[in-house]
Amino acid sequence: MKNSFLLKEARLSDGAITDLEVRNGQIVAIGNLADAADVAGKHEVIYDAKKNLLLPGLVDLHTHLRQPGKEGAETVLTGSMAAVRGGYTAVSAMANTSPVADSAGVVEQVARLGREAGLCDVFPIGAITQGLEGKALAELSAMAQSQAQVRIFSDDGNCLSDPLLMRRALEYVKAFGGVIAQHAQEPRLTQGAQMNEGVTSSVLGLTGWPAVAEESIIARDILLAHHVQSRLHICHLTTKGGVELVRWAKSQGINVTAEVTPHHLLLTDESAIGYDATFKVNPPLRTNDDVQALRDGLADGTIDIVATDHAPHPAEAKECEWNAAAFGMLGLETALSAVVEAMISTKKMSWSTLAERMSSAPAKIGGYVEHGAIGVGSTANFILVDTEATWTVDRTKVASKSQNTPFHSRSLPARVLSTYYKGILVHNDGQLTGNKYE
Amino acid sequence: MKNLLSIDDLQLDDVLNILNTAKELAKVTSGPVKKLPTLRGRTVVNLFFEDSTRTRLSFESAAKRLSADVINFSAKGSSVSKGESLKDTAQTLEAMGADLMIVRHHASGAAHLLANSGWIKATVVNAGDGTHEHPSQALLDAYTIREHFPDHHENLAGLHIVIVGDILHSRVARSNALLLKKLGAKVTMVAPATLMPLGIHSWGVHTSHTFDEVIEQADVVMMLRVQSERMSDSYFPSEREYARDYGLTLARLAMMKPDAIIMHPGPMNRGLEISGAAADSPRSVVLEQVKNGVSVRMAILYLLLGGSIEGDRS
Repeated sequence: MKNSFLLKEARLSDGAITDLEVRNGQIVAIGNLADAADVAGKHEVIYDAKKNLLLPGLVDLHTHLRQPGKEGAETVLTGSMAAVRGGYTAVSAMANTSPVADSAGVVEQVARLGREAGLCDVFPIGAITQGLEGKALAELSAMAQSQAQVRIFSDDGNCLSDPLLMRRALEYVKAFGGVIAQHAQEPRLTQGAQMNEGVTSSVLGLTGWPAVAEESIIARDILLAHHVQSRLHICHLTTKGGVELVRWAKSQGINVTAEVTPHHLLLTDESAIGYDATFKVNPPLRTNDDVQALRDGLADGTIDIVATDHAPHPAEAKECEWNAAAFGMLGLETALSAVVEAMISTKKMSWSTLAERMSSAPAKIGGYVEHGAIGVGSTANFILVDTEATWTVDRTKVASKSQNTPFHSRSLPARVLSTYYKGILVHNDGQLTGNKYE
Repeated sequence: MKNLLSIDDLQLDDVLNILNTAKELAKVTSGPVKKLPTLRGRTVVNLFFEDSTRTRLSFESAAKRLSADVINFSAKGSSVSKGESLKDTAQTLEAMGADLMIVRHHASGAAHLLANSGWIKATVVNAGDGTHEHPSQALLDAYTIREHFPDHHENLAGLHIVIVGDILHSRVARSNALLLKKLGAKVTMVAPATLMPLGIHSWGVHTSHTFDEVIEQADVVMMLRVQSERMSDSYFPSEREYARDYGLTLARLAMMKPDAIIMHPGPMNRGLEISGAAADSPRSVVLEQVKNGVSVRMAILYLLLGGSIEGDRS
């Protein structure tokens, strides 16, 4: 069986070396197993981890897979390929497809495409409002009760700015344990916005996207979530003020979680100098002060998770004037390395905290029970990481269908060596193995 | 100097070289024969994605006085309206033999993109990109100021230049802030806070929300055009209130220093940012700006395409 094997000499976050036995896609034993005399006979397949770091498979709660509708940029299959190369065993497909994932039919289609790809779990996110228009609720319960079992709902790309509709959504999803993931962007304060409003935008003459447009919505939604006693998740937090608001909310016991993207942990608005639209993203790259606050927030747990906001775009959507270019950048294949650069190389975070923020915590928020843990009885979704490697990002060598990575030609630390999904080695040493779960 | 994209790319020496070259060219072409053979056989393209009759005509006449061939491209009625990308348009025109492209575009950074993307090899001159920069305008403004204050030939130290209006959306203000500072002048930007960028503190200029506070100290008052679309977007409550607080009214005209001059990049909104009396007063150097614009743009083309005044004379 492809999904039964012995993995020998893997390193845990605490430095201990261990073996791992997987049977039918489940971890059945952890410990000093390879020493047993009958190992060779008992295990048909033995993988040697060579003392590389064993982490639970990464879990992304914010992934644009573009299918249906924008298959020129990405498909569920190519997105899954990019995911496993980046060490993800679960991704969450955002709803802003065409047609919008606002009905049971569309979310089931996306889930089915994910199963057919068979490389990682693809959990569809449902739109909160019909057509992402912010006017009327989509059939949230139907999506929750569909085969896709949607639990996260988001109008991402658009902010659900109507406060009454936001309140209703927060209340309504309580019936089935859902969570509302808000793209916090006050629309009137960001009309025509192109980049962070500040010194750099004033010099470049690009319309500003002020921090207050994000923070005012976060503040409002925290209060709404408290008022109706529901769960709120803040997508891609980018500002120092936003971190402080979430920190306050948590101190009050309000049920709010927040995410940060790898690019917001590593890049600043000065990347826009030169007008290379690769660096155009929504919400925008902020100042160094914000970056430091985000890192501190992620380290102390104010920010619960890292999410990629993987947003593929074809070349023509980026090879143009800044104003005309699309917002968004790739994330899946560089996320782990970017987080290592921002958090571990700077000694702000340990590897076990990284595993928490990139795997266990997002799995818990999404209710993805087969992810986020390595233990006897858990599903064999895990990865091996060479923590000492450095590598140079090359946009022409990505698995994604698009090439809009902001890290092209940049050297980054740590490399995902292999990815096991339900006990199947789907990615090894940068290459897809051709194996899939069926 | 390969391209002229931003004042920021110029050293003080480059600026003085452009201004001095412009002065020489103005002399040479002030006679009955206004043409020099310098750029014969070279092709200059006016690539205008935004309406701007005066800037285009100024560059066109500058190029023609240097004997260059000029191709005019304007986005209206062109393939751009059919959805052609900037890249395709520029490559198409280069394929027709363009040596230099003068680019006017509604998007900030468009000229930078053309110059740095590797799409084309031609030299690029930024003739105004969105709300970013308009370097040739700032250079002609500096030239005009220098002409009026001959004591300040090498730099503008000691002069106080007050720029009034929609600083937020003004490429003229951005280029002038950079250039006038480089030349040592004191610069004050005057506008309601709604029309001033939040990051302006990084520009190294003074700011004021009260025109009356600074007009008496100004050696140069530069009025910026207020675009009509600002009025409908609550940047200020009404034209009347704007004109009262930030317009160069008759009363403010009377407050100016005896030798102070009035500048405007044009076209003027008479009665809004500038009263008719101010526009037509002897202090107004608006038409000189237009005239100097041709000389300065000649100098820019001349220097970018490798001409040298000495070589032409011999």
